[in-house]
Amino acid sequence: MSHQPNGADGLERAGLGEKTWAEMREIADRYPEKRSGLLPMLHLVQSVEGRITPEGIEACAEILGISAAEVNGVATFYTMYKRKPVGDYHVGVCTNTLCAVMGGDLIFERLKDHLDVGNDETTEDGKITLEHVECNAACDYAPVMMVNWEFMDNQTPESAVQVVDDLRAGREVHSTRGPRLCTWREAERVLAGFPDDRADEGPAAGPASLAGLAVAREKGWTAGADRSATESSGAKGESK
Amino acid sequence: MTDTLTPVLTDNWDADRAWTLASYEERGGYAALDKAFAMTPDAVIDTVKDSGLRGRGGAGFPTGMKWGFIPQDNPRPKYLVVNADESEPGTCKDIPLMMASPHTLVEGVIVSSYAIRANTAFIYVRGEVLHVIRRLQRAVQEAYLAGHLGKNIHGSGYDLDLIVHAGAGAYICGEETALLEGLEGRRGQPRLRPPFPAVAGLYASPTVINNVESIASVPSIITNGAAWFAGMGTEKSNGFGIFSLSGHVTNPGQYEAPLGITLRELIDLAGGMREGHELKFWTPGGSSTPLLTPEHLDVPLDFESVGAAGSMLGTRALQLFDETTCVVRAVLRWTEFYKHESCGKCTPCREGTWWLTQTMARLEKGQGDEGDLDLLLDQCDNILGRSFCALGDGATSPISSSIQHFRDEYLAHLTHGGCPFDPAASTAFAPVGAPA
Repeated sequence: MSHQPNGADGLERAGLGEKTWAEMREIADRYPEKRSGLLPMLHLVQSVEGRITPEGIEACAEILGISAAEVNGVATFYTMYKRKPVGDYHVGVCTNTLCAVMGGDLIFERLKDHLDVGNDETTEDGKITLEHVECNAACDYAPVMMVNWEFMDNQTPESAVQVVDDLRAGREVHSTRGPRLCTWREAERVLAGFPDDRADEGPAAGPASLAGLAVAREKGWTAGADRSATESSGAKGESK
Repeated sequence: MTDTLTPVLTDNWDADRAWTLASYEERGGYAALDKAFAMTPDAVIDTVKDSGLRGRGGAGFPTGMKWGFIPQDNPRPKYLVVNADESEPGTCKDIPLMMASPHTLVEGVIVSSYAIRANTAFIYVRGEVLHVIRRLQRAVQEAYLAGHLGKNIHGSGYDLDLIVHAGAGAYICGEETALLEGLEGRRGQPRLRPPFPAVAGLYASPTVINNVESIASVPSIITNGAAWFAGMGTEKSNGFGIFSLSGHVTNPGQYEAPLGITLRELIDLAGGMREGHELKFWTPGGSSTPLLTPEHLDVPLDFESVGAAGSMLGTRALQLFDETTCVVRAVLRWTEFYKHESCGKCTPCREGTWWLTQTMARLEKGQGDEGDLDLLLDQCDNILGRSFCALGDGATSPISSSIQHFRDEYLAHLTHGGCPFDPAASTAFAPVGAPA
């Protein structure tokens, strides 16, 4: 690592802490070229600082040997990086066309009203940051809401209000096809490439994901020589 | 005779703990590795070429041919990058695939990397899908521990490292050269081509970038043979694909079928349009593909036929809207999306999507005049084909196609002095049979 000890020590004292610096270096070392670590490193900054801070930008620049302006240019390009503090729960309501038409617009209006915040604002108790988001690849579950980037499928204005009320009251909330919701900072740590232990929670697939498969099972439709057929013919696949 | 639905990639999604290595191996998972390692890398490429597999990320470029473009005499490392930045509005197939069966993708990555002689591969997954990322991380970890990744895989002498890389929110990173910029730790702005990534991609090295579904299809082709795959689909659009139905249909979801199935068949399988309503317009492959109408219900959903109908197969993201939906509102929202997601590099796209939004918003409020429709088409004409990537082109698709099919509805906004539709009637929670 080619960072200058004095500068780095000063920055480490400034807030992020030694552990975070070590983890940021660890991220950079995952890649053939260190700069590829920048996006996950910024996720890690958010997990520690609750947003992208000047200290975090300086640390990335220092470790990668690039200028703070270059890091800043990247941090301002991607929408998941936040300059203002984010609440414990980032609530994103999809208002791209399909979800909007299916009810996303009404859900977003209802939440703004209920939480008394505007777009990209945080409730006074620091619990909820509300934002409208673009298509999150769950259109078959429209209208969709994301909480800390976990799917909350098939929402209504009432169910969405229930979710944010439960979160503010500290009650445990589960994604509709995922695990218990963690905090936004914990989520950012996973995005930085430091897994938590929740991969095995939740189902493999929600009902809409299985809609076609259910029809195929009912009708007995297959793709012909699929793997199980190959296996039963003894050709291969027995070794595992 | 091929069955109407052909579950291959989706076939294990209903298995108990389908995302685990144990579940995947129990169904024969990772057996394609030994078969591939017994072949030369070129023979693997030839098999994929012979299968006729075409890119499942929208463009439909032949996958095997793309692999063949990698200059093997180039001394630099070769890279495989999986484009898992699924963000095209309406597209929702790769995310459930990686959530339910991440090992299908990992196995495909190993076979594909072996074919192009890459020793390092990446999955660039959009950051906004936390649980999918967890499942990918876990699958990669399991694959390493089982000897499917790392050094000397299955005793073949072949080494591969696989890195799961989470993005940070940028639709444009689904564009392959913007994705490479993101993966290199830069702003995700598309590169000028040539050079193409096959020659100078990641770190200026030969790079193949493939969609999740393309790579995930590879193990089944190796296992069952090119002829099996090519035996499904249509003459020039071989194989199966996941069709994603969303919107005003009774059972939205993922339907895996041979290419060439029609929307009429798919809607029928999905229980019809929602009760008391009928189809008004739809996208065949995401919002960047021109809108189609009920007159196109019998168009075979393959690359050639959808192209001949004036649109594109794209990602098979079938967004269905019934008669309660205002097409002007729908198109305005997509236009705002493109304006928001334009990376700002090319002037026609950056400025053009801004102007499109201004003009569309005025029309939607009923404040423009009929000449604004011509203005919109003129703006589209000045955006289309004038930028580095296709984002600006995509922004024009819903506008020009909606004016073509629904000109009267735009005019109705002018005569009505605003939108004549009740937005509550189009919601999923509207009372059954609510009038438009």
